[in-house]
Amino acid sequence: MEAQKLLELKNIAYSVRQHIIKMSTGGGCFIGASLSCVDLIVYLYKEFLNINKDNLNDLTRDYLFLSKGHVAPVLYGTFAEIGLIDEERLKNHLKPNDYIYWHPNRNIDGIEFHSGSLGHSLGIAIGVAIDCKMRKQDNKVVVILGDGELNEGSNWEAALVASAKKLDNLIAIIDRNHLQANMETEDLIPLEPISDKFEAFGWGTRKVNGHDFEDLEKTFSKFPVKNSAPSLIISDTVRGKGLQSIEARTDKWFANFTYEEVEILLKELK
Amino acid sequence: MTYEELLEELIYKDDRIVIVTAENRAVLRNIPNKIGDKFIDTGITEQTLVGVSAGLALRGRIPVSHALATFLTMRAFEFIRTDVGIGNLPVKLVGGFPGFLSEANGPTHQAIEDVSIMRGIPNVNVFCPADNEDLLICLQKVIESSNPFYIRFNNSESVIKHNNDFEIGKAEVISKGSDVVILVYGVLFSQAYNAKKNLEKEGYSVGLLNIRTPKPIDEQLILETAMFSKLIVTIEDHFITGGLFSILGEIFLRNKITCDVFPISLENRWFKPLLFNDILRHEGFTGNQIAERIKKHIQK
Repeated sequence: MEAQKLLELKNIAYSVRQHIIKMSTGGGCFIGASLSCVDLIVYLYKEFLNINKDNLNDLTRDYLFLSKGHVAPVLYGTFAEIGLIDEERLKNHLKPNDYIYWHPNRNIDGIEFHSGSLGHSLGIAIGVAIDCKMRKQDNKVVVILGDGELNEGSNWEAALVASAKKLDNLIAIIDRNHLQANMETEDLIPLEPISDKFEAFGWGTRKVNGHDFEDLEKTFSKFPVKNSAPSLIISDTVRGKGLQSIEARTDKWFANFTYEEVEILLKELK
Repeated sequence: MTYEELLEELIYKDDRIVIVTAENRAVLRNIPNKIGDKFIDTGITEQTLVGVSAGLALRGRIPVSHALATFLTMRAFEFIRTDVGIGNLPVKLVGGFPGFLSEANGPTHQAIEDVSIMRGIPNVNVFCPADNEDLLICLQKVIESSNPFYIRFNNSESVIKHNNDFEIGKAEVISKGSDVVILVYGVLFSQAYNAKKNLEKEGYSVGLLNIRTPKPIDEQLILETAMFSKLIVTIEDHFITGGLFSILGEIFLRNKITCDVFPISLENRWFKPLLFNDILRHEGFTGNQIAERIKKHIQK
């Protein structure tokens, strides 16, 4: 990756993290969970997906479904940076005059669908991917899942269907930050080996460092992972990435900081 | 004409329509081979069926999506409520073998709360055809509606010629009457019709309304009925809670009126699993039994 491109992506990710931190007061947001997938989502919108403010109604564009809906601030922050929404609008977080709350709302340009109830988006994305195939279009359909979200059985049901329908236009990405709401995923309902499970279901799988733009580029350049099969990317990340004071902490999934704490966090941001 | 023949015709006319099923093919035997990739079978996966249907609708399709009524409306309830209801997507959910039509399957398969739970979801409408002819008359408008719909599937044999004019939210008036007016939806229509004939032979003036869409309900007609009839009877193969009897209660409370309403439905229990006609007899839902129950109520 060119140095200039890398710098640009890092700068955007930095700004998105600033937006998220600013949304973590006055009612708060799912800050820890959000910070883990910033780099991934910035990479996808900037480099991988054909989605912009002019093609939202175009059936040939790409799609991104955020199944772990509680990290909506990442989308809003990213949308502000890539021009899908006005940055000023982020100040409407939790205000009655807008639709910016803890989970995504489709009234905001760029949000594909509401989410928040875990285990829903993969099925919806399969419907979209089937229709793209039916229309002989080569759009990419991406779904971002939480790792804890894999506890939900509907994901496994949908995983079987995606494989049966040979949806090589579908990419599920697991934000593998190793933590679910209250504890480490492996201490509750162990998920590993995730790759083996999905491969046994017929998917092609690959791992990526979800905070390394060059690795993201390398990983997403080869798609689909396996011919005639849906792809699973396990994005290895750290919850709270960028703020050392909350990184990998189980008690900072959601946080509502004071304005003073937000100022300190903004200075701490790397 | 059969249900699937009409679907096939509609698909050729309207490119948006696709047929989806959770391996429920009882009424979709021939169509899979005729419509190519517009037939999508997700396997025994009610949750994914609904999710996939929502995704197809997001792309501008009108999915007509099939599963057994119990599993569709209950196992996948939150998917219907969250993906289809909140999204207000024009998915048409077809519940197979609802109510008494589940016959000898037993309580696991008895969808007798489906009308109640589906109508409770904002945006989701409910269509309960009286028989095959009624189904075919109304189907196109239901499919073309921009709303989501729950279709309580029923293709039983027709006992009368139905009115071809169908409007969503309008009941079919079979007859007007001043002693009793029977309100019914779905497969019990023919029994209600027989009950009406029996009562008329004994000199009663009997009205009969085919409540094609319990939601949106024909509120105006029901209010008029309450004004001009001594007794209203609701007949449904459904729990008393949340069905037609409840709908009337809501209408009357909202309009601050009351009247004599006699519910013939299932009181807080599942029904005896038997073949269809035996269920009717065992549970007191044959035309003769319904007429007797109504007379007894009148004579009380």
